[in-house]
Amino acid sequence: MARFGMVIDTAKCVGCMDCVVACQTENDVPHGHCRDWIVTEVRGTYPTLEMEIRSERCNHCDNPPCVYCCPTGASHVEPFGKTVQVTANRCIGCKACLAACPYGARFVHPEGYADKCTFCLHRVKEGKDPACVSVCPTRCMHFGDLDDPKSEVNRLLGSRKWHTLLPEAGTKPRIFYLD
Amino acid sequence: MLEITSTRHNPFVDPQLHVWGWEIPVYLFFGGMIAGMMILAGIAMLRVARGEDPESFFSVQTPLLGFMLMNVGMLALLLDLSHKLYVWAVYLTFEPLSPMSWGSWVLLVAYGILMASALVRIGDSWPWLTRTFPVVGRLSAALETPSRLRLLAFANIGFGIGLGIYTGILLSAMVARPLWNSAILGPLFLFSGLSAAAAMVHIAVRIFPGRPAPQGLVGGAFAAMWQPLGARAPRAGTENALVRADVGFLGVELVLLALLLLGLVTAGASQIAAAQILISGAYAPAFWGAIVFAGIVLPIALQLLELGHRIPHTVVPALLVLAGGFALRWVLVNAGQASQVLQSASR
Repeated sequence: MARFGMVIDTAKCVGCMDCVVACQTENDVPHGHCRDWIVTEVRGTYPTLEMEIRSERCNHCDNPPCVYCCPTGASHVEPFGKTVQVTANRCIGCKACLAACPYGARFVHPEGYADKCTFCLHRVKEGKDPACVSVCPTRCMHFGDLDDPKSEVNRLLGSRKWHTLLPEAGTKPRIFYLD
Repeated sequence: MLEITSTRHNPFVDPQLHVWGWEIPVYLFFGGMIAGMMILAGIAMLRVARGEDPESFFSVQTPLLGFMLMNVGMLALLLDLSHKLYVWAVYLTFEPLSPMSWGSWVLLVAYGILMASALVRIGDSWPWLTRTFPVVGRLSAALETPSRLRLLAFANIGFGIGLGIYTGILLSAMVARPLWNSAILGPLFLFSGLSAAAAMVHIAVRIFPGRPAPQGLVGGAFAAMWQPLGARAPRAGTENALVRADVGFLGVELVLLALLLLGLVTAGASQIAAAQILISGAYAPAFWGAIVFAGIVLPIALQLLELGHRIPHTVVPALLVLAGGFALRWVLVNAGQASQVLQSASR
């Protein structure tokens, strides 16, 4: 069984926000909300500063606190690709998952249920890439099976230095950023 | 230097998490107080079951008001939900890793225990009920055998402790909020709930020192927390015992609060930053002023003076304890949402 993940090359990302717009169009994300977003990070001491631009979203963690805290099982790990999903008609809107996520990846849909990135499972089931990956003009985003040693995501992780977000939170995120 | 700019703009999440408003602090406050009432009632029931003189301690009827407050607390919880029509989904499953799932089931059982416990001696507080529905009186009388009282007592104490600890664990299970991520929140909220319950009984003591007491819906339930089971007013030493117990609860609460801060300031950068929100940040005036000073230290001092017969007994310390107990939940819920796991400045 696959274990989907994403690899994003921060050396190629220009922060054009095509991924954000594609997600909103593909998933009918309500106005004023976003399932993915762009972060610009500047670190260092002048004049030796470095900047990283990256596309962020739900990390579909291997150790997902949002799933553990859910009182109804609405937040769950989907067997297909072991991704973290929300069943809207089981969500009571307690918002514990929003508080439990260290990445701020979730929001309350105007209809009341918790919402977030799905890795576009409906597209992946048809053999397509998630919408954000498919529209990236610099091809900095790669989607695939982390359990397949021959997958492109594993080839990239084996050939480049990478980091994940907030590894100290212990959530084992599955979005990897190439340095 | 680490400067982060984000295009994310989700309501309740940005610029900082604020998913829970007044409803959750109200629910946690009442939940803790009800837990304390259940424990106090359980202790009283054990003593009655043992055949001790029932006039020398507070009433076994604290669950009557507890049951009424439980409805208020659960209403606040329901108001917080953003997908209210699906609330039934909580009781279609049991999620062993979710404190909220545990809490939902504990609440359901506690609700039943409170309802059964409220029937004990209900004729004393709501005589109109037993007159109108004699079956309630018969049920009440059936509960008064020592073995049944003992069973109710253990259920009240066990589920009272469970409910009190749960209100803290609900928050502490979240790794993303360093301020909450401490198991000390469980016993802290339990002892805060016990002190709030004792304060409520103390207020009833002051307002209704003996019979005749009101017998209305709210007045009867409130007065019943103190009314002696016999016909006479309670002995004078009983109030002192209650105040001594409250001082003990508040003392433990103060130690637990100190341990919570100690645990945070001696941990990692995220925890230290979280502690600063309380110690010197936006919530410092409310934390030091409303919780530590007005909610714990001042009531302890006033109650010690009362016990030493330096000042007369008043409702002031009890009111301060209640306000401090609510402030504890309000500050921790809000400050906890403002705390987050910090990204390292170097990679």
